Amino acid sequence: MNEIFGRLTIDAFKHDLIEASVGVSILIAGAVMTFLLTYYKRWTWLWKEWITTVDHKKIAIMYLIVSAAMLFKGVVDAGMMRAQQVLSVGDSFGYLGTEHYQQLFTAHGVAMIFFVAMGFVAAFINYFIPLQIGARDVAFPFVNALSFWFFVAGGMLLITSLMIGNYSGVGWVAYPPLSGIEYSPGVGVDYWIWSIQVSSVGTLLTGINFLVTILKMRCPGMSLMKMPMFVWSVVVTLILIIFAFPILTATTGMLTLDRVMEMHFFTSGFGGSPMMYVNLIWAWGHPEVYILILPIFGIFSEIVPIFSQKKLFGYVSMVVALIAIAFLAFVVWLHHFFTMGAGPNVNTFFGLMTMLISVPTGVKIFNWLFTMFRGKILFTTPMLWFLSFVFLFTIGGVSGVLMSVAPIDFQVHNSLFLVAHFHNVIIGGVVFGIFAGFTYWFPKMFGFKLEEKYGAFAVFFWVFGFLFAFIPLYILGLMGATRRLDHYEASTGWWPLFAVAAFGFVIISIGIGFQCLQLYVSYKNRKKNRDKTGDPWNGRTLEWSTSSPPPFYNFAHTPEVHDIDPFWVMKEKGLKEAKGNYEKIHMPKNTPHGFFIGVLSFLFGFAIVWYMWWLAIVSLIGIFVSLIVRFSDRDTEWYVPVEQIEQIESKRGK
Amino acid sequence: MSKQLKITFLLLFLFMLVTVGLIFAYSGDIAVLSPKGMIAEKQKQLLLIAVSLMLIVVIPVFALTFGIAWKYRANNQKAKYHPKWGDSLLAEAIWWGIPFIIIIILGVFTYKSCHELDPFKPLVSDKKPVRIQVVALQWKWLFIYPDYDIATVNYIQFPEQVPINFEITADAPMNSFWIPDLGGQVYAMAGMRSKLHLIADKEGQFRGASSNISGKGFAGMFFYADATSQEGFQSWVDSVKRSSPSLDLEEYDSLVLPSEYVPPSYYRLEDDGLFDQIMNKYMAPMSKG
Amino acid sequence: MGKEAFPDTHHSHSENTYLGFWIYLMTDLIMFATFFAVYGVVRNNTFGGPSAKDILDLSYGLVETLVLSTSSFVCALGLRAALTNQKQKMISLFGLTFLLGITFLTMVGFELTHIVQSGYSWEMSAFLSSYFTLMGTHAAHIVIGLIFMAVFVAQVGFWGLTDVTKKRMTTLSMFWFFSYIVWIFMYTIVYLIGAQ
Repeated sequence: MNEIFGRLTIDAFKHDLIEASVGVSILIAGAVMTFLLTYYKRWTWLWKEWITTVDHKKIAIMYLIVSAAMLFKGVVDAGMMRAQQVLSVGDSFGYLGTEHYQQLFTAHGVAMIFFVAMGFVAAFINYFIPLQIGARDVAFPFVNALSFWFFVAGGMLLITSLMIGNYSGVGWVAYPPLSGIEYSPGVGVDYWIWSIQVSSVGTLLTGINFLVTILKMRCPGMSLMKMPMFVWSVVVTLILIIFAFPILTATTGMLTLDRVMEMHFFTSGFGGSPMMYVNLIWAWGHPEVYILILPIFGIFSEIVPIFSQKKLFGYVSMVVALIAIAFLAFVVWLHHFFTMGAGPNVNTFFGLMTMLISVPTGVKIFNWLFTMFRGKILFTTPMLWFLSFVFLFTIGGVSGVLMSVAPIDFQVHNSLFLVAHFHNVIIGGVVFGIFAGFTYWFPKMFGFKLEEKYGAFAVFFWVFGFLFAFIPLYILGLMGATRRLDHYEASTGWWPLFAVAAFGFVIISIGIGFQCLQLYVSYKNRKKNRDKTGDPWNGRTLEWSTSSPPPFYNFAHTPEVHDIDPFWVMKEKGLKEAKGNYEKIHMPKNTPHGFFIGVLSFLFGFAIVWYMWWLAIVSLIGIFVSLIVRFSDRDTEWYVPVEQIEQIESKRGK
Repeated sequence: MSKQLKITFLLLFLFMLVTVGLIFAYSGDIAVLSPKGMIAEKQKQLLLIAVSLMLIVVIPVFALTFGIAWKYRANNQKAKYHPKWGDSLLAEAIWWGIPFIIIIILGVFTYKSCHELDPFKPLVSDKKPVRIQVVALQWKWLFIYPDYDIATVNYIQFPEQVPINFEITADAPMNSFWIPDLGGQVYAMAGMRSKLHLIADKEGQFRGASSNISGKGFAGMFFYADATSQEGFQSWVDSVKRSSPSLDLEEYDSLVLPSEYVPPSYYRLEDDGLFDQIMNKYMAPMSKG
Repeated sequence: MGKEAFPDTHHSHSENTYLGFWIYLMTDLIMFATFFAVYGVVRNNTFGGPSAKDILDLSYGLVETLVLSTSSFVCALGLRAALTNQKQKMISLFGLTFLLGITFLTMVGFELTHIVQSGYSWEMSAFLSSYFTLMGTHAAHIVIGLIFMAVFVAQVGFWGLTDVTKKRMTTLSMFWFFSYIVWIFMYTIVYLIGAQ
């Protein structure tokens, strides 16, 4: 072991052909971007407008970009896995080594959950919460930027593991003793720990930041029961984050201590308890999946009324259902390990609690359907995503309730049936919801509308692609196929189903192709499709009262509301936003410290992975220095002069 | 738009029909749906009951989704349009209440089956059970028959219609012991003794596997199990005892070393306390001086 | 009159800061709760090695508790001085708070070193891992508190008692009280209950 380089040696850079080509492509992409930025002289612009920004809308766009890149990576991981499982039968062992395959499914899970789902949800929360509550910013803009850079740092640790060393291969929840130092002595599990620890600090800060924002910064007249449903769903999500993420911090912290300081929290001997890890990680892990889906429910509650041209059915009931789901989310974690032998009474309790969640969830679905009832439904792309969600998510819910009955779970736990279930609810729920939100809010964020027809094709191919890719997995699970297999015997008879699943992946890829095509064509036609009014869908909530995109200060006058769907009411009453009589607006200044601390936390994580203790200490000190410098800066705000506001507002609608 | 929607719905319906049809047609090949033992049979019945209960809600949901989407499409002039209607206590009572009742019913089934199908609960039978002690290793399964003084790797045999009492531990990362034809699984953990009670209704061959990832050789953690006649089982035990090498602690120490895709092997058991000794490796040492 | 999104001279921004900091402290509490729950599970998993009774000196722990209590009390007095615009008094009181914090840290340092030198380290059992982790995590909080105490008191020294510096002294004090309360849990659960 080296004093300077810890356990980092030249071997860390050696990879097989496939891994190496991935690393090389990433480097080439980075080089191309660097070249373009230099050639078009955009470094200053990048620094001033994006890297040092504290504008929640720009931060949201950056979340979108990072999440989209991670989605691409996650989808490629999936394709590679499908291909392996079609090829690796009997005497053939496919084209991927076992270790590479195990890293693929681990990284696929982590990337999709932490950096795609949470990233997209963070993007929508960032962009639209302040707008929907009539606020000009979040409570703590610097902390908001910091959250984003922690997110990036965590993602960079994941990406770096592709090129220097390797990632974990023990599954996305990393059970010990397999994830302990004895059975996984390499750097993989450490990369896993730190990519999650660093990005989770960002998530926790987002939770605190937006909860204060929503509780304290709603515009006059917007009581809690007049907030848009998306805001309600986010409030409940933030409470889940605040309660659940500290458990993850502590648990992965203890795993690190086991691995790096030879402690015995989760080892098999010395009094450690791997079962304790399983309990702790799922005490976080189950609320986590509700953190993913609840904002999506909020997005659908925005979309369905708009495209049914009718108010939401049962607002109060919807709020109660959200709170019920959030509460229940904390008392079901054991259903992830019914098979660990807790006994029939414990299993019954957690099974019952799990089943109960289907009641408020079902209520939400019925309320959405009855919002459509006696409405005038427009089958826009967001609405098509919603309808597909109802179909797929219901199937996923059925398989979930099935597994909540412990004796049934004994026969499907950790099989491909389980894998099919969670992809069913995550793709049918979270992913479709993200696509719905993206296509719904796109005009507001980018100032022009998307070409609709490509959207319909995308939905079609995604739905059928999903069915072909995952229904066979339900059947495979019932046939006794477990998850995480890089090879199986031909006599199992599983091959035809794996082939259908691979075909499903191809269909989904066509769907993704249509989404990319939609973006390209829409961009080309952006001048033709410009959203001049800021209200392309005849919206009901405050974000649609601004221009597309909104000015950096959001509202020239802070709105005052009296009802649910305040913008709709304003339009009905013929009220227009007052022009003139502006007051200067207090805004935060940009700061580089979010970026600096992000870089330093990346270095900190990297240092601990490779046992480069000096670098860990230096980067930790650096984080403190950066914070102290930031705290010592008294020039962190400015006032937007009235003339500038007048200039911006006069350009609206032109 | 409407014609494309119609075609889509039709295709979806066809897909569901074909899928369900294929599942019925091939259910003989689907272990969980064509059980070979009493425990798996009960688990399958539970699965069918649960699915049926849920269809009470799911079928109306699908029908309503399609029906409402269709009838209230914007260009349908004949449909009513009530843009300000958004409350109905009766409707809410129905869809809070009925699913809740269904869940209560399912909950009752859950309570009863959790107790009845508790893996630690011995089976009621007048036949004397066969005890098989299971040790998950890297990356193979060691099976110890303490009452017959034999041991095997990656293969077991037992008589049909006789309860098999599995005691399960690991000398490796967490695994899960599962024979889907016969019943559900239970985790194999170092230093702990899990239990599983299964029975085969008829003679046959069944595949078993670990469902919890344990490292590089995980895909090789499968084995085959044969249920034979009582005589067949006894003569198999005798032949193993006659002609196999012995499994003592020294041999065990080399068995514990990592190896993958290990073909079935057979041993004479020297010490029928081997399983306990393996478990004790993870226990606190006896009191120091 | 709407609440502005980003004032710093209006007290509504201080309210936001206090609420946000409170929520952060609650998340920190949940993290500690996790460590305490783990301690509850493994406190008897000594793997043949020492248990709480063997390594803990209750009187020593009591002195540590008294030192930190006094530090917290003095901190409260210091905060009162800050909020009543008594700059010099505040600085002296926080100086004393700081010294008592250092004393506490030193005592913890000696305690843990002594245990390790007796041959009992965190590598020996789950119980010892849990004990050292609890003590270490708490000590880390004290260290961070001391660092920011120095920085914020210095800011008061340079800039005087403004809305911003008062806000910072308040949140710092919240953090310091919080760390003290966690120590009370520590002493109760680990020392008093654990060493029975």
